[in-house]
Parts: sequence; structure tokens; C-alpha cells
Amino acid sequence: MGFFKGLRRGHTTDTVFAGVALLFGLFIVLIMGGIIYQLWLQSSVARQEFGWGVLTSSEYNPGAEEYGALSFIYGTLVTAALAILIAGPIGVGIAAYLVEIAPERVNRVLGFIVELLAAVPSIVYGLWGFFALAPFLRDYVVPPLQGVLGWTPLFSGTFFGATVFTASIVLAIMILPTVAAVSRDVLRAVPRDQREGMLALGATRWETFQRAVLPYAMNGVLGAVILGLGRAAGETMAVTFIIGNKPELFTSLFAQGATLASQIAGQFPEAGGVTLSFLILLGLILFVITILINICARLVVRLVSRVPKGGVRA
Amino acid sequence: MTMKRTEETMREEGRSGDREHRPNTRTTEVAGRSSGGVKSAEPVVTVENLSMYYGSFKALQDVNMRIDRNSVTALIGPSGCGKSTFIRSINRMHEIVPKARVEGKVILDGEDVYAPDVDPVRVRRKVGMVFQKPNPFPTMSIYDNVLAGIKLGGKRKKGELDEVVERTLRQAALWDEVKDKLKQGGTSLSGGQQQRLCIARTLAIEPEVILMDEPASALDPVSTQKIEDAMEDLKERYTVVIVTHNMQQAARISDYTGFFFIENMGDPGRLWEFDETSKMFSNPNRKETEDYVTGRFG
Amino acid sequence: MSSIHGNPSGYGRRKLMDRVMTTLAYLCAAAAIIPLTWIIVYVVIKGLGAWDAEFFTGLPQLFGDGGGVRNGIVGTLVIVGLATLMGVPIGVMAGIYLAEYGNNRFGTVVRFLADTMTGIPSIVVGIFAFGLIVVNTGGFSAFAGSVALALLMIPVITRTTEEIIRLVPDSIREASLGLGVSRWKTILRVVVPTALSGIVTGVLLAVARVAGETAPLILTILGTNFPISANIFDGPSTTLSLQIYQLGAQPSPEVVEVAWGAAMLLVLIVLGTSILARVIFRGQSVRGR
Ligand SMILES: Nc1ncnc2c1ncn2[C@@H]1O[C@H](COP(=O)(O)OP(=O)(O)OP(=O)(O)O)[C@@H](O)[C@H]1O
Ligand SMILES: [Mg+2]
Repeated sequence: MGFFKGLRRGHTTDTVFAGVALLFGLFIVLIMGGIIYQLWLQSSVARQEFGWGVLTSSEYNPGAEEYGALSFIYGTLVTAALAILIAGPIGVGIAAYLVEIAPERVNRVLGFIVELLAAVPSIVYGLWGFFALAPFLRDYVVPPLQGVLGWTPLFSGTFFGATVFTASIVLAIMILPTVAAVSRDVLRAVPRDQREGMLALGATRWETFQRAVLPYAMNGVLGAVILGLGRAAGETMAVTFIIGNKPELFTSLFAQGATLASQIAGQFPEAGGVTLSFLILLGLILFVITILINICARLVVRLVSRVPKGGVRA
Repeated sequence: MTMKRTEETMREEGRSGDREHRPNTRTTEVAGRSSGGVKSAEPVVTVENLSMYYGSFKALQDVNMRIDRNSVTALIGPSGCGKSTFIRSINRMHEIVPKARVEGKVILDGEDVYAPDVDPVRVRRKVGMVFQKPNPFPTMSIYDNVLAGIKLGGKRKKGELDEVVERTLRQAALWDEVKDKLKQGGTSLSGGQQQRLCIARTLAIEPEVILMDEPASALDPVSTQKIEDAMEDLKERYTVVIVTHNMQQAARISDYTGFFFIENMGDPGRLWEFDETSKMFSNPNRKETEDYVTGRFG
Repeated sequence: MSSIHGNPSGYGRRKLMDRVMTTLAYLCAAAAIIPLTWIIVYVVIKGLGAWDAEFFTGLPQLFGDGGGVRNGIVGTLVIVGLATLMGVPIGVMAGIYLAEYGNNRFGTVVRFLADTMTGIPSIVVGIFAFGLIVVNTGGFSAFAGSVALALLMIPVITRTTEEIIRLVPDSIREASLGLGVSRWKTILRVVVPTALSGIVTGVLLAVARVAGETAPLILTILGTNFPISANIFDGPSTTLSLQIYQLGAQPSPEVVEVAWGAAMLLVLIVLGTSILARVIFRGQSVRGR
């Protein structure tokens, strides 16, 4: 290999340095392997005890030795989906504003604000969501919402503040920067001649965005949204603080629920034995879900770079 | 269309006129020609004292030009002298550059393009543009690329759309090459075909004026020839303004030629001389024009 | 011949649509500003009242006036500091590897894994540190927490370092190599210093990110209302973020107020670090031109 060849040729220090650098690269691989190994190892008790059935059972009652993961998977997917439903369009809207409308200075300021939004710690979102947002929703948002849509199962029941609804909104705010920043980069990468081509046909700014810019950037925007979904699925502290942590296949958004992450964080300090192993099994499930989502997002974004750039092929 | 003149009569006028030539007033004289008793041609676009700025940088100064209906006007000149800047100011395409601004007037069919209540979107509907680099929309088929502009106006009958696609692709000399693959992506074509697709796309919105910024500069000679052939027919229906670095091309296809020039580094570009093409290439009034068209510099 | 003035039929609707969508884009932009302002203002209003001498010097009192978060402040400094000490060299070296030696299949794998790691939920990384250290050493410790945070920092630092180093023009490398300086010295003495402000920015952003982390710490340092263990390898510890979680969930309003005070301090630290990172990078990029 190059390493030993280099040693023999006498570039000793260079080769050693390259080798050391390689070791650190290897370290990343080791960490990833270690994470998977530990998840597998620490969840072995639960995996052997419950088998695949754990994925389809929603009964969770450690006192009665009942361990089902379904309600947590359900809670994770539903809150993440709701969050992306809110943050997706708004995030892309912010990106569109930044790239297509905002003057240079506003652009920098707003870009900075979005960055700060990403920097606020998760637990602070949780505290704020519980003490500020939830009462606000209870007093000003839920009553009119129930007035109109209260008859649907989605919005039925009494709103207690700490609910799936509140958690999803906080999640939406938290992933907004991810969606906005990635889609901004994607929209920025759309060549100017695409916009010019559409404008020159007598298109308005919106038509130019809708018919030339967005289709061109579609895969990347989709990738941004999927990345946001992944972040929402793994977000822990804010949700733990707000969602109520009740393992249930809820139908109303005004009910309490639990996610994989919130269950681990909320129950860990008291857990031992099988319960602890079960929590780590939940971690394994969460890991698989987020990895799949992330790989999806990256594949989609990678496809973008292969898309014909409208360039000359002659 | 009654105003259309033959090339012969225009050449006659060009030779008969014996005028003094100063750069900044040059085109006022051209414009003044119609009032000077010569058979009048109808101007589509009249540019008056147009100056352009990018922020504090003045890119263009005091351009005056009259563009006759159903004529082909070629704009030539060394790189960076403001040709692109100029044609973009005609359909207000420069406005997507932040801090770009215009002084002076561009009159289109008797209306000032820069009047406060004029919407640039409407201007671009009447003044289409073809760019240097072909820019078909990669997510649309050839068929949809041609119709991209038309579809902005709302729904139309399929038969009508098919007719537009065939007509404009024929006008752009592309129909025979793509008629069997209209549903394929616009970027599946060669560069020259892509450019003709962009021309067809512009024709489909039926503008009065078509601006072309070096449409053939990135293309091979065969494609260039096809585009030139297409332009010959376009003149029948449209008014064409084309920027080109290719002197032979300018001489071959245009009725009028404008020469843009910067005398000293850092000065804004000016319209140095504007006249009928035959005159510009045989007996221009200014030395710089002659040097440029004969290839002595530039 | 249609006029460019006025609105012909059909155009009015398009124009209206353009206006509506433009307004919506403005609203989206506002939607980013409102929550940030709301959160910051709310945290300051609630937290300011908690800031007194006892807040910085006392320990949490679950009964009574709530006490202070001295242990959390110390714990944050210790744990984040340790994490930085471990994470920065590894992250930067891995970044150097990717930028300078990573244009091969193994480099692609490492890059892909680093990207994927940034998407792994922090609580899962906490489980790893728990299984690796807490289980093996037999107890919670500040060290376990800082390993978890270091693991969260590494992929972020790796990728920013790589990207910044790739921006260093080859001409600078060639100039140094041309003088007969060996490759590794060129990298360490020329390339890395040129990219330094960018690397520091990446490090600061990573520090800001992990300083607010809570989830992995629940699994590794557990949290405590007593002074943190002096032995970083043994005994529970706590941080500001963990205290916000634990005190904020208490029934007593006085205790919750202390949580708000901690939130204000944490937001100050995290946003301050992020802003500092920005400033450093902007200063450099201006000079660089
Ligand atoms: N977007 C812009 N911002 C600032 N300056 C510009 C911009 N576009 C063009 N310029 C400047 O305006 C001047 C005229 O440029 P323009 O592109 O119109 O020249 P041109 O005659 O079309 O040249 P070429 O033959 O190379 O296309 C140049 O000095 C150029 O640097
Ligand atoms: Mg040009």
C-alpha cells in the first residue's frame, strides 16, 4: 500500500502524518460502528424478550410487564409529520423571500436571525413552549380552531397545554432554520439564466419562481424538507417537556402523547433492568428511523447535482 | 405592415444622406431622417438619451437610436462597451440586477417603457429576448418549453397549442429535427438546437421586438447558419435587435448596425456610430468604426 | 397593438397572484422573526428576576426560594471544556484528512458517515456514551457527559474544517511545496493557519451547539442538586441545560424562576458564542479579499 511504499521511499514524516490523519478519519467510522454496536448490545435483553412483536404492540405498562413500542413510533412520526407540514412551506417561503425578494442587507440580517433560531437550545424551546406558547394556544388559538373544526376527531377534546399540538408547533419552529437554510442554498444555486429566461417571456416574479426556479430546485428543496423531518423525529428535550409523555395511539391533536426520544429522556433516570433495555431498544428504533430519513434526504440532494443543468451539450 | 420598406430603398436613403457625424447626436439625426422628407419608416423603439448605471458605475451614456419596424439591427463593438446593457434596458431586463438604473427614455410604440405606471412584465411580453447561453427549462419537455410563455396567459385549446408549437419551431428552423420527440426534455438537445428552441419559445409569445444577445456565440458554424436562416424569415414579422461579435454575421443579416465604443478606459460606453449596415461596413463616418469592422482592433 | 399601460383581461389575476405570493413570502420571513423575538424577550423577562447573588453562588433548593445554579455553571464549563478538548483535535484532524487525503473511496465513506452522524439524534449519541462509559465504569460521571458532547461536536467540526481547508487556494500549497517544505509541514504551518479563522468559527459553532445539549447528559451525568463531583470520572454532575429541565418541571414557582434564570444565562452563552463565531469569520473574509 501507499503507506509502506512512502515509508520505503523515505518521505517518512509525510507518510506518518498522512497515516495519522487517516487514523482520525478511521475514528469517525469507529464512532459510527460503536454507536450501532452499543445500541445493539444494550438493547439485547429487550430484543430477546419481546422479539419483533414489540414493533406492533401499543400496550406499554412496565408494571404489568407489557412493553410495546408502537405508540412511541406513532408519536414520533405524527409529531414530525405535523412539524414538517408547518415548517416545510414556511421554511421554503423564507428561502424564497431571501433569494428572490430581499435586498442584500435584509438578507444578511434575516439569515442571521434564522441562524440564531437554530442556536437556541432545545430545552429552552421546551420551557418556552410549556410556559408561554401553550397558554397562548389555549387562550387564542384553540378556541377558534375548535369552533370551526371541533367536530373532527383531530381537534376534539379539552386542550391542556402540554399536547401533541403544542409539541408539533414547537418542533416546527425548531426545524424551520434547517428547512430555510438548506432550501436557501438550493434556490441560490439555480442559475440566473433560468430566471431570466422565464422573466423574458413576460412572467411575473411569482410565475418565474413557480415555473422556472422551483421546478429546477425541486429535488434540493425536497431534500431540505426531508432533512427537517429527520431533525424533528430526533428532537428530544423540547418534546419531552411539552408532549405530556403519555404512551397512546392518540387521534386528537389536543391529546397527550409520547415520542421515542421523549420516552427515553423522560424515563431513563428511573429505569433499570428490562425497562432500561427497552428504552435503549427505542433508541435503536429511533436511530434506524432517523438514519433512513437522512440517507433519503442526502440521496435526493445528491440527485440534484446530477440533474442536467440546462447547459450546452453540443 | 404597410410601413415595411424594402432593403433597396433603405440603402438608397443611406447613401443619399450626407450628414455631419457627431457621436452623441448621431441617432437624433437618424431619427430626424424621417422628418427630413424621406419616406417614413415607422419606429418601433426609439431610445432617447439613455444612460445606464450599475450602482455608481456609469456603463452607458446618452444613447439615441431609432429601431424601425421589421428591420434587423445589429449591435457591434468591443467587449464591455455596453451592448448587453443596452439591449437589456429595452425590455427592462436589467432590473433583476440590484442597483442597476436607467436615465433617459425608451419609447415603445409611442409609450415610454419607463413611465411610472408601466409594468415591466407587460413590456417583456412585447419585447422578447434570447440570451447568449441557451437556457431551456430542464424540467420541461420540448413541447412545454415552447409554450412556457403562452401558458402564463391562461388555458388554451390543445389544438391551438399544437399549432403554435409547430409554427414557431418551423420559424426557428427546428421543427424537422424535433417533431418526433416533442415530449423529450428540453436539455436533451444539442446546444444549437437548444438555442433555436429558445428562439421558438420567444416567438410563441408573439412579441413585436426580439432582442438577441450574441445568440450564436456559443454555437458551431452549422447551428449558427441555421439560426441566421431563421432570422431571415423572422424579419417578415418581427423587429430584431441582435448583438454580435461576428462582423460577417452583422453584415449578412442586418439592415442597420450600431457600433458601441469606449474611447478611454473607465469611460461609459457610447453609441459611436449608427447607420445602415451597408454604409457602416463600406464607408463609415468615423475612423474607429472602420478600424473595428475591418478587424484592425477589438 | 396592445398597450403596455393598464391591465388587459387575464393579467389582473396574474398580477394579483404575484402580489399575494409576495405578501406570503414576507409573512414567512416574519414567521422566523416572531418566535425568536418572543423567546428571547420572554426568557429575559422571566429570567432577569432570578439573577441575584444567590443565583450564581447558591445550589438549587427545591423547597424555599429556589436557590442558585452554581453547580450547573461550573458543570457546564467543565463538561463543555472537556468535550472541546477531546472533540476539537479529533474533528480538525479528521477534517484535514478529508480535505487533504480524502479524495478516494475511503474518504467518501468517512464524509458520508460524518454527514450522517450530524443527523443522529443527540439522545442516541447519549445512549452510546452510556453504554461505552457509564456501564463500563459503573457510574455516571462528568467524563461520560463530555464524551457524549465531544461525539456530537466531531462531525460538525470535521465537515466545516474540511470545507474551509478546501477553500485554501492550491497556489498557496504549491508555493510552500515549491520551497521544498514537506507536505505535512505545509499543511500544519501554511494551510491550517490560512484557514484558521474558518476552523475557529466551526469550533465555536459546535461548542454553541453542544453547550445547550441536554438529552445525552441525562444518560451520562444524570444531574444533581449538590455540588458536582470533584472527580470527573466518578459521580453525578450537572449543567445549566440539565438544570433547566429538572428545575423547570418542579411545582414551586420559585424553583421554576431559577430555571428561567438558567435559561437566560444559557441563551446568553449560546447566542453569544454563535455571534462571536460569525464576527470572527466575517472579519476574516473581509481581510481575505
Ligand atoms: N451586473 C453588473 N454589475 C456591475 N457592472 C456591470 C454589470 N453588468 C455589466 N457591467 C459593466 O457594464 C459594462 C458594460 O457591460 P456589458 O455586459 O453591457 O458589455 P458588452 O458590450 O455586452 O460586452 P460583451 O461583448 O463582453 O458581452 C462593463 O464595464 C461591465 O463590467
Ligand atoms: Mg454582452
